[in-house]
Amino acid sequence: MSTPEPDTYSFDFYKEKAEIVAESADELRIKIGEFAGPLDLLLFLIRQEQANIFDIPIARITDEYLRFIRMMKSLDIAVAADFLVMASTLIEIKSKMLLPRDPNAPVEGEDEDDPRQELVDRLLEYEKYKSAAQMLYEKTTLEQAVFPRGKIESDDGNAEIAATVFDLLTVFQKIVARHAEEVKLEIHREEISLADMIKDLRRRILETGEVSLLAFFEEMHSKRELVTAFIAALEIVRTETVKLVQKKTFGDVILRKV
Amino acid sequence: MSEAVEEALESAPKPTRDLSELVAVVEALIFVADEPITTKLIADVLGEDKQAIEAALEQLRQEYEARESGLQIREIAGGWQIATRTEFHEEVRRFLRTRPSAKLSLAALETLAVIAYKQPATVPEILEIRGVQSASAIKTLLDKRLIVAKGRKETVGRPMQYGTSKDFLIQFGLKDLTELPSIEDFEDLVS
Repeated sequence: MSTPEPDTYSFDFYKEKAEIVAESADELRIKIGEFAGPLDLLLFLIRQEQANIFDIPIARITDEYLRFIRMMKSLDIAVAADFLVMASTLIEIKSKMLLPRDPNAPVEGEDEDDPRQELVDRLLEYEKYKSAAQMLYEKTTLEQAVFPRGKIESDDGNAEIAATVFDLLTVFQKIVARHAEEVKLEIHREEISLADMIKDLRRRILETGEVSLLAFFEEMHSKRELVTAFIAALEIVRTETVKLVQKKTFGDVILRKV
Repeated sequence: MSEAVEEALESAPKPTRDLSELVAVVEALIFVADEPITTKLIADVLGEDKQAIEAALEQLRQEYEARESGLQIREIAGGWQIATRTEFHEEVRRFLRTRPSAKLSLAALETLAVIAYKQPATVPEILEIRGVQSASAIKTLLDKRLIVAKGRKETVGRPMQYGTSKDFLIQFGLKDLTELPSIEDFEDLVS
């Protein structure tokens, strides 16, 4: 009975008791081995019966398959719908093969209308990908023995590099959104020019060393001022020795003197 | 990156390096690059033409091999990388105190194989081949960044299409997708 097949399938499921190892929505791991789906189980059963895939003894295989499904049920495993679909396919093929041939049907190629043909095609197609999966497994195992050099500081986690224009925009949008919520009495005040805004921002950075963009934008009273403040921030980073620092993703952006 | 390259291009001296100099500077660049660096990028940074870089890379690789270095120069995910040799994996791992990362389940590997060969592949196409719903396998692969969404297919239900990522090439040690054996080659194994 025990054919020299892969280790995972060296389980005699007539004698030993199967045992669940793990289960999730679309995969099931039992001690009998791991079946990655109904086609996988079917291939295993065909091999176990030492049957020819091009001439599947459909009655025997169907019985084995159903027996397996029953065993899964007795183990209280929720049998995935896909396994049941295959069971009904097998039963359908089995019953078709039991029907006598229509004597009036024109005699064509012998296996022209073999009800098993579609299943065989699917099994062969599936088996190719199963082998490909095996190949991928070997490749990744091999690759895990190779290590590139360790990461250096500049690679990532560097806040100065990590803050992008999008981070700036996110902060800006947060402020705009907050302003939109507040209904305020409209007071006309003198609009501040871009030059003044830059001057003001520069003075504050020089005085305190760093300025929180969030706090700076917060002080603005109108959309126009906010836009001016935003451009001032961009301008000052471009022209002066000021860096943008962001400690964490979506966090506050800080203007810091170099 | 492109800005840095442009700057480098402006300041790059006229190529006056001989082969051994070129080999040395190419090695330096591969060493500092935090991910596989392409031949083109090396050529652009150094202001040399691609053929010269290719010759230098070949020379460099042979040098590492000839002196039985603990490192190797390898081509991966369309670029070049310096990495340890497989023989020393136990020692390296002992030093790094890491274990081989968790293996992918059979279901995930199969799903990955279908996506790698059929890409861009949709969920119904994967179901067709595997005969089983693959939702959780796809989620695992997305979480591990081995596959990426590649937009929707203009067909009934507009299903999402998936393809393999650069991380896939890196984790499976592939230069590019053409390095995968043809799916038809597995047919011989089957019969």
